[in-house]
Amino acid sequence: MRTPLRLRVDRIACDGRGLCAELLPELVVLDDWGFPVLRTDVVPDHLAVVAREAVELCPVLALHLERERA
Amino acid sequence: MTATMSAGIVPGGVGAPRSEAAGGPRELEARGRPRAMLPPSRLLPADSSTGADLASHLRRHGPLPPRRGARWRAGALEAVADAGLVGRGGAGFPTARKLRSVASQRRRAVVVANGTEGEPASRKDRVLLARAPHLVLDGAVVAAELVGASQVVAVVHPDARSPVDVAVAERRAAGVDTVAIRVVTAAAGFVAGEASAVVNWVANGRPVPVGKNPRMSERGIGRRPTLVQNVETLAHLALVARHGAAWYRAAGTPDEPGTVLVTLLGAVAEPGVYEVEVGTAVSDVLARAGGATEPLQALLVGGYFGTWVPAAGIGARPFSAAGLGAGLGAGLVAALPARVCGIAETARLVRYLASESAGQCGPCVFGLPAIAGAFESLAAGRWAGAGRLDHWLEEIVGRGACGHPDGVAHLARSALDVFADEVADHRSGWCRAPHAAPFLPHLEPRSHPGPRLRTGLQTLQLRQP
Ligand code: SF4
Ligand code: SF4
Repeated sequence: MRTPLRLRVDRIACDGRGLCAELLPELVVLDDWGFPVLRTDVVPDHLAVVAREAVELCPVLALHLERERA
Repeated sequence: MTATMSAGIVPGGVGAPRSEAAGGPRELEARGRPRAMLPPSRLLPADSSTGADLASHLRRHGPLPPRRGARWRAGALEAVADAGLVGRGGAGFPTARKLRSVASQRRRAVVVANGTEGEPASRKDRVLLARAPHLVLDGAVVAAELVGASQVVAVVHPDARSPVDVAVAERRAAGVDTVAIRVVTAAAGFVAGEASAVVNWVANGRPVPVGKNPRMSERGIGRRPTLVQNVETLAHLALVARHGAAWYRAAGTPDEPGTVLVTLLGAVAEPGVYEVEVGTAVSDVLARAGGATEPLQALLVGGYFGTWVPAAGIGARPFSAAGLGAGLGAGLVAALPARVCGIAETARLVRYLASESAGQCGPCVFGLPAIAGAFESLAAGRWAGAGRLDHWLEEIVGRGACGHPDGVAHLARSALDVFADEVADHRSGWCRAPHAAPFLPHLEPRSHPGPRLRTGLQTLQLRQP
């Protein structure tokens, strides 16, 4: 069994432009100031491709995907 | 002690301001439990005339046992684990686990003795460094030997710089140490004491947290694995190395062994730093500081990130995390008198903590001032301004690069919980102390310029609702 893929936000790098919430509304919502709140950090399989896209498109490279070592 | 060690940090008379004694009934005076034991003085010399010099230190504790080889190392690590020693800087992480994780790295490590004491009302690290600097340095050297480090960096509050310098010079002259010790004056500010901020300060001159990437235990100062331990933790470690786990466990409770240094302040007769055995009745702990000077409403336990605990019935409870339902954190205990409004005090605390943000993470930069504003609205009876408080408190948790937002949310929630009646009173326009002077000390907004917000965040300030 693989451990789940997790979405991480580097809070120091993130400047709250909100692209991630547009691409991944299932996982990310924005707070009152436009900074991401993760509804859950576990990325379901069917969203893995979009999540990778979001990681690449984040303008400040603040998004990361991580798979814990089992 | 040198002239710079002003009366400000002498145990029993620390810089914590005395509240005016109202002369009211002493609700929490020492009672019950007979004093079978003298107060413990493992770390702090029992009598303040005992010198902090190396000769006095060796007379008191004896030299460290011989330490060499893999067998000593394995045995000592096991003793630390068996002793149940945990970090005394606030987070309470098991010391043995931290030691092992740094020891498992291949590169030569660095040990940081963290005496930054960013907690504004706390004095215990300064007092310890001034009165028993050699115990702390012994512990740092033992830690270095345990993790295979060749260097110790002692980062100390400016008030404790000179006694530590003197102690390091004495050790050098006596040739007692196997590793080099460097002393660095700590940066000011609440978050400057956070472990990654201390490493960032030593390595780059920037006293702000760097988050968990990379982990300091793998890549810290000079890209070497770095162990950051609070100075009190190291002093306990020096004693465990001498006397072993069973001795350490002879004080305290099975789940929370040992003694702790506490900074007692607020409505007590003699605010100061005291060494207390975990599990001592709270009334006995307060009695160490001369007892309460007036009826109490609550204790703030742990630090300015701490937990409010109602005073009713607290005297007989054991002073321990389990007994109080509150982590002992950095050992702060502030006694809040009944005449002071807990909501107003917490509003000031939250505002202060918001101003101490390192200015790096959006949720901390924008969320904490909003939470502070909502708390101020609550305190002023302006209910409308507090509408989103619960939502913000829930949403902010886990969304900083360090634990700062979580700590503030914890404090705020505990206030809403413990002062729930007060909150209801404010709702109907009544406050028990509408014009009371601020009570908790050292909450002036930072006077030193903090790190600037990055430009990205600055432009975003325009978006603030
Ligand atoms: S896209 Fe990147 S910078 Fe923008 S909000 Fe998401 S994580 Fe932050
Ligand atoms: S959470 Fe706040 S205090 Fe911590 S690193 Fe981010 S901005 Fe700084």
